[in-house]
This record gives sequence, structure tokens and C-alpha cells, in this order.
Amino acid sequence: MARVVLQHVTKRFGDVVAVNDLSLEVFDREFLVLLGPSGCGKSTALRMIAGLEVPTEGTIRIGDRVVDDVEPKDRNVAMVFQSYALYPHMTVRKNIEFPLKTRKVPVEERERLVLAAAETLGLEPLLERKPAHLSGGQRQRVALARAIVRRPDVFLMDEPLSNLDAKLRVQTRAELVELQRRLEATIVYVTHDQVEAMTMGHRIAIMSDGVLQQVGPPQAVYEKPGNLFVARFIGNPAMNTVTGPVIADGEGLAIAVGASRVPLPSAYAKAITAAGLTGVVVGVRPEHLHLAPDGLLPATVSAVESLGHERHVICRLEDGQMVIVRQPSSDQAPGEGSWVRLATELHHLHLFDVASELRIEPA
Amino acid sequence: MTYSGDSGTLGALADLGEADQVEGEIPRRRGRRFGRRRMREMGFAYLLLIPSLFIFGVFVFYPFFRNFYLGFYKTPPFPGLPTRYVGFDQYRDVLSSQDFIDSLKTTVGFALLTVPAGIALGLGLAVLAHQQLKGIGIYRTIFSSTIATSVAVASVIFGTLFNPVVGLLPWLGINPQPPILENPDLALIGVAIITIWQTLGLTFILMSSGLQSIPEEMDEAARVDGAGPWRRFWRVTLPLLSPTIFFAVVVGSIFAFQTFGQIDILTQGGPLKRTNVLTYFVYTTLRQDNNDGKAAVLAVALFSITFVLTLIQMRVLERRVHYGR
Amino acid sequence: MAGSPRARRMLGKSLRYLLLTVLAIVVIFPLYMTVVNSLLRPSQIAARPPTFFPTNPQWSSYSSAWNAGHMSRYLLNSAIQTLIITVGQLVTAILAAYAFAFLEFPLKRTLFLVFLSTLMVPFEVTIVTNLATINDLGWYNSYQGLAVPFLATGFGAFLLRQAFLQVPRDLQDAASLDGYGHWKFMTRVAVPLARPAVAALGVFAFLGAWNQYLWPLLVTKDEKYRTVQIGLKQLRATSIDQVNVTFAGVIIAALPLVILLLLFQKQLVRGLTAGAVKG
Repeated sequence: MARVVLQHVTKRFGDVVAVNDLSLEVFDREFLVLLGPSGCGKSTALRMIAGLEVPTEGTIRIGDRVVDDVEPKDRNVAMVFQSYALYPHMTVRKNIEFPLKTRKVPVEERERLVLAAAETLGLEPLLERKPAHLSGGQRQRVALARAIVRRPDVFLMDEPLSNLDAKLRVQTRAELVELQRRLEATIVYVTHDQVEAMTMGHRIAIMSDGVLQQVGPPQAVYEKPGNLFVARFIGNPAMNTVTGPVIADGEGLAIAVGASRVPLPSAYAKAITAAGLTGVVVGVRPEHLHLAPDGLLPATVSAVESLGHERHVICRLEDGQMVIVRQPSSDQAPGEGSWVRLATELHHLHLFDVASELRIEPA
Repeated sequence: MTYSGDSGTLGALADLGEADQVEGEIPRRRGRRFGRRRMREMGFAYLLLIPSLFIFGVFVFYPFFRNFYLGFYKTPPFPGLPTRYVGFDQYRDVLSSQDFIDSLKTTVGFALLTVPAGIALGLGLAVLAHQQLKGIGIYRTIFSSTIATSVAVASVIFGTLFNPVVGLLPWLGINPQPPILENPDLALIGVAIITIWQTLGLTFILMSSGLQSIPEEMDEAARVDGAGPWRRFWRVTLPLLSPTIFFAVVVGSIFAFQTFGQIDILTQGGPLKRTNVLTYFVYTTLRQDNNDGKAAVLAVALFSITFVLTLIQMRVLERRVHYGR
Repeated sequence: MAGSPRARRMLGKSLRYLLLTVLAIVVIFPLYMTVVNSLLRPSQIAARPPTFFPTNPQWSSYSSAWNAGHMSRYLLNSAIQTLIITVGQLVTAILAAYAFAFLEFPLKRTLFLVFLSTLMVPFEVTIVTNLATINDLGWYNSYQGLAVPFLATGFGAFLLRQAFLQVPRDLQDAASLDGYGHWKFMTRVAVPLARPAVAALGVFAFLGAWNQYLWPLLVTKDEKYRTVQIGLKQLRATSIDQVNVTFAGVIIAALPLVILLLLFQKQLVRGLTAGAVKG
């Protein structure tokens, strides 16, 4: 197993910049998730690590080797494609065997390794079948077996779960995590599903429009999103964001929402004045908001969605901005159209600069 | 809801329970087998099929079956005399004649010359043009350009190119004596070259489409798995291309056996009958010898051979085709 | 190998371009020389070394081929013959495919097999009888004689049936509820939706009809009805010492196809690969 280092990697396709100055290190034996919406460059980055695309600028290292001009076959990486890319004309056994055959591994050892890989993934009864006669989940496991059979330095996975149905996805997620632990493998895993990212990765690297937004352990990224994009992307339902101008409010600062004021903690006030910011976006996760008669922010209830174990109350603020409140079902449900007041603890607030969208740290 | 004029109240009542328009409706799953609607649909369907079936009947099936029958009648050497029923004798005589055997050999030889080489070339060009290079579109257009050429066009062009006086081959140093198209040993090869060139565009487009239908990820997976370009081609690309190649072989063989125009324009079956393929033989028997009976027998032979060949190809080759998804 | 990896990549690329270019030249050479030679004088054509570029194009060969060579008449005949066949095939195929795709009737499967079986019957088996039939109808040496035997197509019915089968069930149901009878559905919904396949069939039929050789040879006897393919054979014989005129005739014969293909490349590809790639 080995680490992967990308240094200032950029990839241009004509005028389009798919990956923009990406610098990222994947530690040895780490499960790193590359997360982002479609078109953010994560797949391109993965393909560059595999060697299927050549970076326009920058360097990539696998282990301690610079691999910029090394062919995919010589990089000792294994890749699991979104569509699995199984060879339809070969049996499961031959599919798994293929990477060993190309490396001229002798027959007995080949058989041994293929069998071992098949056992690890529970594929023994399927070895003589062809991909057309396998279910989606089985095909995915064959793709995995083909990847692990030759003990590569790095595993690259491109949205491997997206073609599975929901239940299978949950099950396979756990299996993949277990597999990584057992093999002590370095895995770079691309997905657009933040639930996968949060549950599987040691660290998450979030990308948008080719630019790396933030890297860190899931919990850290959840609790301290570095910018508005990350804040809105992680968490389901997404973090509420309320935008407003900064105004003086007594001795401190507050943001104006309609006629109401959301006071800003003094620690932040200093940072804001120091940077001369005029507009601020306040972020609060839905689970940190509650309805209280003495709450600071008035709103009207626009809709109430009951999910069984919890309720989502969708509220409209005075200036029209929308906000979601998560409350346990045991709480009293508000009526639609009723007036409520929203409250939260100040330490649950995240503050971002309207202009740069970056997180504001307390001074 | 509207009801067609002629169905009347009875018709409307009969179809109660089905909330659709009665006249010429699009088929619904339910409905009884021979109700008015069913009958109407049937009638309409047959009506639609009649034009095609009529043409097929008169110009395809009737001639096809009559041809076998015609073979039973020996055409007299002088016009005006009646034809004579000889049963299978004519079949036997014609099919065992040296002329026929030679022609058969020539036809098979021609097919062997054109089909494998044509497919290999088309495939090779398609693979080369499948890369992501700038301006590859121009090359692809050029490679498919021969599709605009007909057999007559190709024959006239090459006829002149091979000509010892005005042709360019002699200038390039290739100057066999006698000249290619008049050379008993080389004439068939010459015609084969012309045919391969003329069908190159078609084969190229066919192979290119086949290549494009192979998901790129298949090749990428093979690259990551460690396969070099040759191995990828033999183990991944080619097997996945086998349905297309199979199609090309079957259709190509059928067309090879139906070669006619080039022979008529360039060699007229010669020199020394070395390019007398079956189709041309049928033509000369019909037009020059005026021997309808013999021509019919030859045509039956041609059909049978093509049919059997296709069957064999389906049996033997299709087994090795991977209809993978 | 010397040089940085980037340089090596450039070398590989250049070699590939070189190979492609050489092959392209080989493929296009005959056509190219035809165009060139059509614009030269006969003496220039026979000259050695040969001229590869006409510095003084002689367009007279084209007018020769057009007038004295009767290419204009031949073109007209081909156009009429091809148009009749193409339209005929399109109509019969649309009607037949509609029946097979949207209607239920007894013997449907058998009849479809009958249609497919016509693909197996090679042309030569039919010529003896068809000639007699055409003769008896008095259609020898006429447009009808040229076109009528080919007005139906098994391949076309197959292709369009495939396309019609792709029309979603929902659409049929909605149209039926909207009051569309079969004719309306056929002309306003099914055919427009199957336009790619219809276009492909059109191009394919055009190509096949235009390039026909054996049948026009048998069924026409003079320039009044001769088509451009037979006309070429004729021209070659009569212009034996004026190769440039022959070549001009070739270009005239090939040009309509070139234009057609440039315009309808995509449709042709689709038509050709139906059934081939999918198996």
C-alpha cells in the first residue's frame, strides 16, 4: 500500500478547466473520499491518478514515485468503475484473472489468488458465470475482486455504489469499510453522495468546479465547514443559511432579518469589524433550531413534513428567506400558517462572509 | 366520444364498456377476439400489407419458385422451337459441366479474395481512425468516401488506372505482361482489388460503428489491469466486435457471390473465362446464348450455394460471437 | 529511447498521423486522379510523368460527357428511377411496419417471416422470370420496368418496425384518448418519431437504387431510359480515346451520391448498423 500525492494538478479540456490547482495528499492506508456534485472534477482527478488522463500541469506521486508519465498498467493501481466495466465475454473467473494474466503470473499462483479474491467477496459459486447472468450487486463484487486480486498500491473507486438499489447500497457500504480495514488498503473513493462520504471515509475532500474546498475528517467537516459550499453540501437536510447586512446593535453587531435582529457573538464581532465585512451569512443546522415562544426570530410556518421519527418544519422569515427546523415527533406540531419564533444557542451559529463565502473565525 | 358512421347504435352498444373511440382506434389490450373492432383492425392491417406483399409475390416469390420449375425445361438451340421437359436431366447436365465447375471455383475464389481482406482492411482503418486525434474527422470522411462510388464508377476508374497506356500503375513500375485485366492469372485479383476498394467505405463505417458501441470503460479497465495495446485489441476489442464482424462476413459473402458489374464492364468473364463468376455466367447464358433453361439452373445453383454458405456461417461462426452487453 | 516522455509522446503522435495520412492518400487517390484527369487533355493524361494537378483545367470534357455522352439524359433517368423506388419503398415499408408494430392480426408472425425471407432471395434467381413478366406487361425499356420490381423492401419493413416499436405505449394511449385514428397516428406521431430510421431507410434505398447495375442493363436498351451506371459503361466504350470525357462522366455519375452522403452521413450510418451492431 502507498500514499498518493497530488501537487498543483490542473487539467484543462480545451477551454474548460476540469481540475484547478489541486493539491491533496492521501495517506497510506487511508480511506479518502472525493466528494462533490456532478462536474466538480472529482472523477477527472481520480482518472489522473489512474493514468487515464494526463494532467495539464502539476505532479502526481504514488508511493514515492513520480508517475506523471507512467502508463496506467505500470502504476500498480486498481480501479473499480461506476459501470463495473466487466468483460462481458469472459466468465467471472476469467474477469478476475485478467490482471494477473497480463502480468504473466504463473498458472498455479494465478489460480490461488483468484480463488482467494473470490472467497473474500463470496463469489465462489459464481466463478463460471458470465456477467450477463449476474445481479447488479454480484457484478459489483466481481469488479472488486478483479481489483483486489493483484494487491495494488492504491484502490481507485468511481461511484461504485450508484448503480445499486438503496438497500444493497447500505449493505455494501459496510462491507467496503470492512474490506478496507482488513486489507489495510489505501482507497481513493469518488462519490456525490454525502452520506457515503460521511460514513465511509477517514477524511473527506470536497470539490466544486474543479477546486478543492476543504479536506478533513467527516466530523470536522461537519462541525466546521470552511465555506458556504461545504456548509450547504454536508448534512441532510442541508444547513440553513440566512443572509443579511451587518448592523450595529447596541454595543455589538447583529444581522438584520426583516425587522428582527440576530445578535452576533462578540468574538465574531471583532473579526467582522477588523475585516470590514458588510454582509454576513449565518448558518444553523436544522437540528440546532427549535421553536420557542421567546425565540429571537419570528417566522411563519410554511409547511410541516412528518417523517415518523422526526418532523421538518419549513418556515418563512420576515424577509422571505426559508429555514427548516428539525424537531422530534414528541414535540407539539405547529399549525401551517401559524406564527412561531425560532431560537438557537449562539455557539451553534456558523458565520460566513457574503462576498468570499469563507468561514469567519472568531478573533 | 365519437362513433364511426357505419357502426350505428348496435355497434356502439356492442362496444359499450370500452371507453375508446370506435373507428380506427389504437389497439387496447382488452377486447374480444373477433368483435367488430378486431375485425376492423385485421382488415386494416392486411390492407397495409397488401402493397408490399403484392410486389413480393409478383417479383420475388413467383420468380423464385418458377425458376426451379424453369430448370426442368431444356431450351432449344433455335428460337421458335418449343421447350422440352427433361426433368432433372438439365440440372444434372449443367451442374456437372466443366463450365459450371470452373465458374463455381472462380466465384468461390473471388469471395475468398475479397471478403477477408476487405474486412481486415476496414477493421484496420476503423481502429486507426478511432483515436482521439485532432482532425480525425477528415480522415474518417476520406476513409468512408468510397461509399459514394458505385460498382460502375469504381470499375471505370480502375479500368483506366490499370490500363497499360494511360494508367498510372505502369508508371509506378507495376507493369505485368499482359496487363492486369487481360492477364488470365491476375485478372481476378485485379477485379478483387477494385471490389475491395469500392466496398471499403461501407466496411469502414460498419466497423467504426461497432467500435463506437464498445464502452470506453472496457478499454480503460483493461489499461488499468495492465494490458498493452495488442492484448487489449485481441482479448477485449475483438471479442466485443465479433457481432459486427460476423454481420460483415455474412453480408459480405452474399454480396461477393452477387458480383456482376465489374465483370461486365471490365473483363466480360475473361480472359479465358478466368473471371466468369456465376452471376456473369447466368447473364451470358441468358442474353447471349438465349438459353433460359440453363440460366435458370445456374441461378438455382447460385441461390443454393449462397443459402448453404450463409447457413454454415450462422452455425459455425455465430457460436464464437459474443453478444455481450 | 532518447528524449523526455513528453517528446516521446509527440513522436508517437506524429507517427500515427503519418500512417493515417499515407492510408488516406492511398484510399482517395483513385478518386482524386479521376477528378484531375477529367480536367486534362487526353495528351496530358497519357504523358509521363503524369500531371497531378490541373494547372489549366479543361472543362470541355464535362460538356462533352453531358451532351454528346448523353450523361444529362442518363442522370435524369437515374433520378426518376431512383426517386420512384425510394418513395415506393418508403411508403410500402411505413405501411407494413405500422401493421407489424401497432396492430394485432392473425398470421402476424408468419407474415413477418415472409417479409424477412425476401432478404434471402438473391436477385439472379428472379431475373429470368421478371424479365418475362416485364416484357409481357409491355414495360421493357421504360421507367415502370426499371422501378416497379423494387417498390417493396423486407429490410425497410424490418428497420421501421424496430423504430415503431420504440414508440412508448403511453403515447399510443394518449393519442387514442385524443381521438386519433390510425392514419393520423401514423402520419402525425409514429413517422415523425421514427424520423431517424425513416431517413436512414431513405438514404439506403436511394443508394441501392442509384447504384443498380444488372437490372437496368437487362431492362433498358437505349439512351432514352438508360441509367447513369449503364451510361458509364457506354461512355467508356464511345470515348475510348478521350479518357478525360470518360472521367468527367464518372464524376457526374458520382457527384449526386457524394452530395447525398455529405448531407445524410449520420442517417446512413444508422441505417447500415441497424441489426449489425446489436446482433
